[in-house]
Amino acid sequence: MLPAPFEYHAPRTVDEALDLLDRFGDDAKVLAGGQSLIPLLKLRFASPGHLVDINKIKDLDFIEERDGTLRIGPLFRHKSAERSTLLASRYHVMADAAPMIADPIIRNRGTIAGSVAHADPSGDWGTVLLAMDANLVLRSKKGSRTVKARDFFNGPFSTALEPTEILSEIRIPAAKAMTGGSYLKLERKVGDFATVAVAIHLRMDDGKVGSAGIGLTAVGPQNIKAEKAEASLKEVRLDDAAIKQAAALAAEAADPKADYRGSVEYKRNVVRVFTERGLKRASERARGGG
Amino acid sequence: MGQPITVTVNGEKRSAEVEPRLLLVHFLREKLRLTGTHIGCDTTHCGACTVLVDGTPVKSCTMLAVQADGQQVTTVEGLMTGGALHPIQVAFKQEHGLQCGFCTPGMMLTSVALLTDNPDPSEDDIRWALSGNICRCTGYMNIVKAVKSAAVQMKAAAEMPAETAAARS
Repeated sequence: MLPAPFEYHAPRTVDEALDLLDRFGDDAKVLAGGQSLIPLLKLRFASPGHLVDINKIKDLDFIEERDGTLRIGPLFRHKSAERSTLLASRYHVMADAAPMIADPIIRNRGTIAGSVAHADPSGDWGTVLLAMDANLVLRSKKGSRTVKARDFFNGPFSTALEPTEILSEIRIPAAKAMTGGSYLKLERKVGDFATVAVAIHLRMDDGKVGSAGIGLTAVGPQNIKAEKAEASLKEVRLDDAAIKQAAALAAEAADPKADYRGSVEYKRNVVRVFTERGLKRASERARGGG
Repeated sequence: MGQPITVTVNGEKRSAEVEPRLLLVHFLREKLRLTGTHIGCDTTHCGACTVLVDGTPVKSCTMLAVQADGQQVTTVEGLMTGGALHPIQVAFKQEHGLQCGFCTPGMMLTSVALLTDNPDPSEDDIRWALSGNICRCTGYMNIVKAVKSAAVQMKAAAEMPAETAAARS
């Protein structure tokens, strides 16, 4: 399969890339890891006139914790997330999710930011960012703006990103003490999209829940932030009753469709079970275990 | 229309003018006639088209040839050195790590990258590393054995004193 013809641009700086996006508007697509975009081009689901490859731009492949914020660059790849000791020690939800993305060869090239900008409802990173209350920095020739992850997704493959903008940085509030997380994903085989997945990012405070982030993958038209379930946990003791209630609320927030991966009832039930298990795992990790 | 690129393939600089939409796998197979790299699913699932780009396994059906400009690509044809099979090739042969052979180039290249990274992988490490390469014949048992065996061979060769190695070759 061959993509439709396009013009290829490999800018050396972000400014050059932004100039190109400004010039070509919605006839241009940004190419990062390409592990979703190139298949789409080959299947002719997308046929932009211009491809702006950002891989030759230096200094976009980074992760750093600075001034209370974890910052992730546009070319930070799944493989680097999988190998990151920083994520393994303090951002469990990300460390859990990374090795569950697609397969090892795809992880060598695919990027977190690219996956988020692609906004597949079955994509994993959007859910993780929703649970972590991430902010997304969108940069165009005219300047930068910051959008909350919860305001970023607009439906299947649709986001707040304008055609002239690039997702230039992901910003996540730095993990405080007593923070734990988990990402549980049900897939039929390695490399499959999720049947269901649940992200948990939990901070404990003096025996109670300080804050809880809960994200759901593949059970709606976009990645879902289970806000009622999150609110139900605020400042309560994380006992069995609280966990059960939050899991029931998360299952209600899910809006799955029946397909060959499972029925509506089945998927909703997996959300409930994974929210329970995930909260337990996250709280153990917040206490320094698991 | 054509875009000039220079890619170092198996140690040799190869220049060509290519259409930007040309996939790396087509560049290798059709322009360079290196047909050891196979096209399996064409949809980023099967790993048959895996090559090493700057040492990292990549599905060459999911990368544009223009993206490889200035980079090093290794295909299965580049595994042999000086007429001698690479230890991974010897091991796949000895352990019967293939039947039809279609997935084998991708399997071997992914394995070479694994062994560079981790010279002493566990069975789990091997299965995990190869989980993006699909084989429909062997049930994977002999592939895993072959990688394990190549690891042992490569370690022994690395530990062999230089003069012994020279005397044997």
